[in-house]
Amino acid sequence: MEILDALNAEIKKQGLENEVHAMMTGCFGLCAVGPNIIVYPEGAFYSHVKIEDVPELVSEHLLKGRIVKRLLYSETLGEDNTIKSLDKTQFYGKQVRVALRNCGVINPEVIDEYIARDGYMALAKVLTEMKPQEVIDVLKKSGLRGRGGAGFPTGVKWSFAAVQNNPVKYVCCNADEGDPGAFMDRSVLEGDPHVVLEAMTIAGFAIGAHQGYIYVRAEYPIAVQRLNIALKQARDYGLLGKNIMNTGFDFDIDIRLGAGAFVCGEETALMTSIEGKRGEPRVRPPFPAVKGLFGKPTILNNVETWANIPQIILKGADWFASMGTEKSKGTKVFALGGKITNTGLVEIPMGTTLREIIEEIGGGCPNGKKFKAAQTGGPSGGCIPASLIDTPIDYDNLIAIGSMMGSGGMIVMDEDNCMVDIAKFFLEFTVDESCGKCTACRIGTRRLHEILEKITSGNGEMEDLDRLEELCKYIKENSLCALGQTAPNPVISTMRYFRDEYVAHIKDKRCPAGVCKKLLSFEIDPAKCKGCTLCARRCPAGAITGNLREPHVIDKSKCIKCGACLEGCKFGAISKK
Amino acid sequence: MKSIEELKAIRDRMQSTLNLRDDNKGIRIVVGMATCGIAAGARPVLAAITEEVANRGLKDVMVTQTGCIGICRLEPVVEVYRGGEKTTYVKMTAERARRMVAEDIVNGHVVTEFTIGANQ
Repeated sequence: MEILDALNAEIKKQGLENEVHAMMTGCFGLCAVGPNIIVYPEGAFYSHVKIEDVPELVSEHLLKGRIVKRLLYSETLGEDNTIKSLDKTQFYGKQVRVALRNCGVINPEVIDEYIARDGYMALAKVLTEMKPQEVIDVLKKSGLRGRGGAGFPTGVKWSFAAVQNNPVKYVCCNADEGDPGAFMDRSVLEGDPHVVLEAMTIAGFAIGAHQGYIYVRAEYPIAVQRLNIALKQARDYGLLGKNIMNTGFDFDIDIRLGAGAFVCGEETALMTSIEGKRGEPRVRPPFPAVKGLFGKPTILNNVETWANIPQIILKGADWFASMGTEKSKGTKVFALGGKITNTGLVEIPMGTTLREIIEEIGGGCPNGKKFKAAQTGGPSGGCIPASLIDTPIDYDNLIAIGSMMGSGGMIVMDEDNCMVDIAKFFLEFTVDESCGKCTACRIGTRRLHEILEKITSGNGEMEDLDRLEELCKYIKENSLCALGQTAPNPVISTMRYFRDEYVAHIKDKRCPAGVCKKLLSFEIDPAKCKGCTLCARRCPAGAITGNLREPHVIDKSKCIKCGACLEGCKFGAISKK
Repeated sequence: MKSIEELKAIRDRMQSTLNLRDDNKGIRIVVGMATCGIAAGARPVLAAITEEVANRGLKDVMVTQTGCIGICRLEPVVEVYRGGEKTTYVKMTAERARRMVAEDIVNGHVVTEFTIGANQ
């Protein structure tokens, strides 16, 4: 109060009473650092103000407009442990951001910001200081393997195309990202589009191509928009198009949109789609590096693979090879989803264990639920059960345990997920997305799905397990492309690690996780039921009978397992098993 | 047509804008505007911050957008770069953003309840 009076007196003294109004207000909340004053319009917040400070405040701030810095609130360190920056959190602590280095840092629509972070310096180095073969050698030495899922050595792929004697060659970027739950590529395209353009231009130089195509799914409108902006800006700066950086090298890039087909993420189907035909895969050999787009030598790489390349050129093959494991160098971006606390995008060195990803970076399963399995590789991949949580993640380890790296989508499952249901879910997707060209996939996946449907409805037989295994083997060996070849993986891997769940569905007609509707039975506990009749009124099938104030009963033959009764019961008398 | 020298000049000029150096006196506010951010409501947040900064006539403050920062479940995310340091605000709304500008940008007082540490 004295301060308020002193303020008013000083304001009057300095002749400011017509312009400045000092008044009392309620508690700002920062009681420990009062007396507090806020000066508007700036909103400058002064704390620990003493009467002696008032004349200075008035003459400096109110009269001259200069904020008195020494009186401003400054958070005293050590008072609390809250972390101010993302970099210091558990989520970020173990991450090594190579492909994602610019995401979340720069404005993707401003090429100057990309350049500020050494953008286009790799291209400059390649065009002025290196020969094509040297670029390929660097890539081979780095050990970079394709990040799209198959993990083929990138340098080797480029060398196959480089030796082809053809004046017309192509460089493609696979930005189709069809795996459900995967959004790594989307983040790179939306957050750092120039890295893809720069890398593709480097590749063009290395293999002798002058035209590139980015095949991006139409379901990513923001990515498409930012790519278009980036293309224009790069062309304006002479970093794309004719005579790049005055070195005489020509290279340009066009965008082609996908139309919603998962199979177009497969490289030969993708190229067929660019050619204007229905996306269907082709027989290989010949491989695209020899005969690809429009019949010309073509290299196709995933967005994340491209995102690594400029850094490898600038920092060297040894730098990249210093990260990761012996056969899987570098880092990998994972899209964490499902039953995990910290859903989002993480980039970690190869060799990080699944435990570190789930428990430390991911923050564990929410609601105190037990971790059951993690699915990597989407519909083409397999699950890693909790018993193998200490597996270091890399290409070969994952294949050895029956899964695969895939593009990076990682779906975390807990005790409330039914593994048979998960396998069925992925098969539903694959059946829908099969292009239909080859019998094994077209008909095989459909039959697989039917058997799983049979098992989860309570009609399974033990022989079905043998049929599943036989079908899976047949489909794997006879499908034309990787969609079909990998479609059985979720079934094979869940049967390998969770066979007991399959058996429970078949023999006991029971779903241990309580998911498969047709196997659930709803029951009313007569001890808890108060006979309020709410459930009987809610039941759409008229399956519940009972008199007022007497325990009610569910007729299981009529029950459609919708769960409306359980949701409505206020006494917790209804349970599902 | 940019030569390598021109590229390097742009890079050096931009380093201070991006707050990559400690001696930079300006402030850079970055709002996550990838699909995850936009879906969570980042556009009103960006608009609110831009408006506040303009209304207050704040100098040396740059407001810009960026891609996916990675912690998608906490979007909209706003990061404040100043003097070589960074503060990460999460689950922002237009209203919180205005308060953040008043307390952090103007007064240098971090609004700890909005930071990632307080929201983990």
